[in-house]
Amino acid sequence: MAKKEIVVRPVTSILGTPVKVFYGPDDLPDFDYKEKLGDPGEYPFTRGVFPSMYRSELWTMRQYSGQSTSESTNERFKYLLKNGQTGLSLAFDLPTQIGLDSDMPQAEDDVGKLGVAVDTLDDFERIYDGISLDGISTSFTINATAPIVLAMYALVAQKQGVETKKLRGTIQNDILKEFIARGTWIFPPGPSIKLVGDCVEFCNKEIPRFNAISVSGTHILEYGANTIQAVSLAIAIAEVYIQEVMKRGSNIDQIAPLFSFHLPIGGRQFNFFEDIARLRGARRYWAKLLKNKYGAQDKRSMQFRFSTGGMGGGLTAEQPLNNIARAAYYAMAAAFAGTRSLNLACFDEVYAIPSDLAIRTSLRVQQILANETGVADVVDPLGGSYYVEALTNEMEDKIGEIISKIDAEGGIVKQIENGTIQRELAKQSYALQKRISSGEKVLVGVNKYQIKEEEKDLEVYKTDPETINRQLTRLKAVKAARDEAKVESTLKQLQAAAERNENIIPHLFEPLKAKATIGEIIETLKKVYGTYKEPTTV
Amino acid sequence: METKKIIRVLIAKIGLDGHDVGAKVLIYWLRDQGMEVIYTGLRQSVEQVVEVALQEAVDVIGVSILSGSHVEIARKLMTKIRERKLDDVLVLFGGTIPKDDIALLKNEGVQGVFPSHSKLEDISTFIKNNVKLAGA
Repeated sequence: MAKKEIVVRPVTSILGTPVKVFYGPDDLPDFDYKEKLGDPGEYPFTRGVFPSMYRSELWTMRQYSGQSTSESTNERFKYLLKNGQTGLSLAFDLPTQIGLDSDMPQAEDDVGKLGVAVDTLDDFERIYDGISLDGISTSFTINATAPIVLAMYALVAQKQGVETKKLRGTIQNDILKEFIARGTWIFPPGPSIKLVGDCVEFCNKEIPRFNAISVSGTHILEYGANTIQAVSLAIAIAEVYIQEVMKRGSNIDQIAPLFSFHLPIGGRQFNFFEDIARLRGARRYWAKLLKNKYGAQDKRSMQFRFSTGGMGGGLTAEQPLNNIARAAYYAMAAAFAGTRSLNLACFDEVYAIPSDLAIRTSLRVQQILANETGVADVVDPLGGSYYVEALTNEMEDKIGEIISKIDAEGGIVKQIENGTIQRELAKQSYALQKRISSGEKVLVGVNKYQIKEEEKDLEVYKTDPETINRQLTRLKAVKAARDEAKVESTLKQLQAAAERNENIIPHLFEPLKAKATIGEIIETLKKVYGTYKEPTTV
Repeated sequence: METKKIIRVLIAKIGLDGHDVGAKVLIYWLRDQGMEVIYTGLRQSVEQVVEVALQEAVDVIGVSILSGSHVEIARKLMTKIRERKLDDVLVLFGGTIPKDDIALLKNEGVQGVFPSHSKLEDISTFIKNNVKLAGA
């Protein structure tokens, strides 16, 4: 009787290389532990940025949230803290992110829809009502208006009697990815980069325990980059900001410790081991980059610290509860990769920002991972795996290759300004979509294991229709009560400081205390910096 | 011999939402299906979109919104379209749209609703089956 032939499925990695059926010692010739890995917390930090990682402190469970007006956001924050969230992550509405006030005509349809509406310092204070700033760290997803939010945060701390030197948290402050993938830009790239530098400089002086930047690869991934491109572009972008601040006379060891990253795990091209290896490779790449290219001497400059987004792009509308399983796999990969903080996209986010049930479920996924699986008990448990180490080597090399190519073609800012990178990534998205349409890329529930019958509808989040009226009433009252002359004079001083090319953040305190609105501050800055005009990108 | 008129589509991002890769993927697909597609870019107002639609004599307007503001924007857009007598233009909405809102959009006069998980083929087929070509 003829033996049945065993068919081996061909697999290609995200790097385009064939994936072997198994890996062994031959895949790691001359593997030097000290050179390639080091112990956790030791250069080149491949195994983790700190010696005991989750054995001492779990990753921060930080689900992204913000909605409607400041009271609703305050309530949701308290709901999450009550349910065991260990850090806050604040979502602002689009007008706030783009420097528009709730009463400006362009803002009308977007006030309080997918984040909190903040027009003045009052709104921001109310978000933190009953929440002490020295007890919890917050991550702010804010970019073009980051200087204003940073100033507001410092003022709230002052009001609460908390020293700014004690404040912990992160401000995203990564404008370049906005031009590529997210769209909340205001000013052209040049002045925008300058403002990023202002935030870094300010944090260096006043809020040193803060991550003044969270350079993001997540949105770039959603735009069409694959996972290795996403981290490579993030590092290339980080270098632009580092060079901006170094121009002002700061030393690398004053700047680099303030940098962190926000990186993707998951999405439509999720591969558990590739995602982990990429981040280990990135840690090694960054450590060498900072040491060799920038001459960093402080360990903290060389530590590649990142938070992780469990990516929503990989979730499906079909059979939405399947998304909880996806989130769990992403979370596990993130823990193996040594993430410092984790946000998971929620099972109903295809339809709207998450419902209470969905956001609580994502938090539970994290808590189950941390408390019931043992994954958090050993640092870098995949270290020494033939496959993962071979993959880590490949990933590190690929990051270097991608970044060198960008540099050779004039740098990332140039590619953004002439629309090249946007176009390239959109084309990649299109190619991936066609592979999903054809069934080549399997998405369970979408092109395989579909069900015919209509599923029961989910109860998704709905914006309170009273949001805009509440906010407009409040804004009107603030404007009626403030000293208009003071607002005007403090804004004039801000403009003068911007014209003198100074760091504008210290000049934001007086306008904010006088209850100038974010929109008024941005209008003032537009006079100096201009506004961005999109290139053609399709 | 009948020459087939090429379908002209305007893809628009109305409001403040800055996520346009989905719109671009659709643009590439529709172009591959032989349609002429114009893209407005980000942060368009209803007035700007209707103006371009008139100038470019488009047969279809496709609006992409991921920010939750689709119902308000649909209302304003359809009012403007009726005002400027663009009644023959096929209007489609896509993006992050909860199931309940599909009926709300159709009530406003939007003819096709294609939330973000829709199939590209379904969109182009819908256009071909429902478009009113001038002179047809």
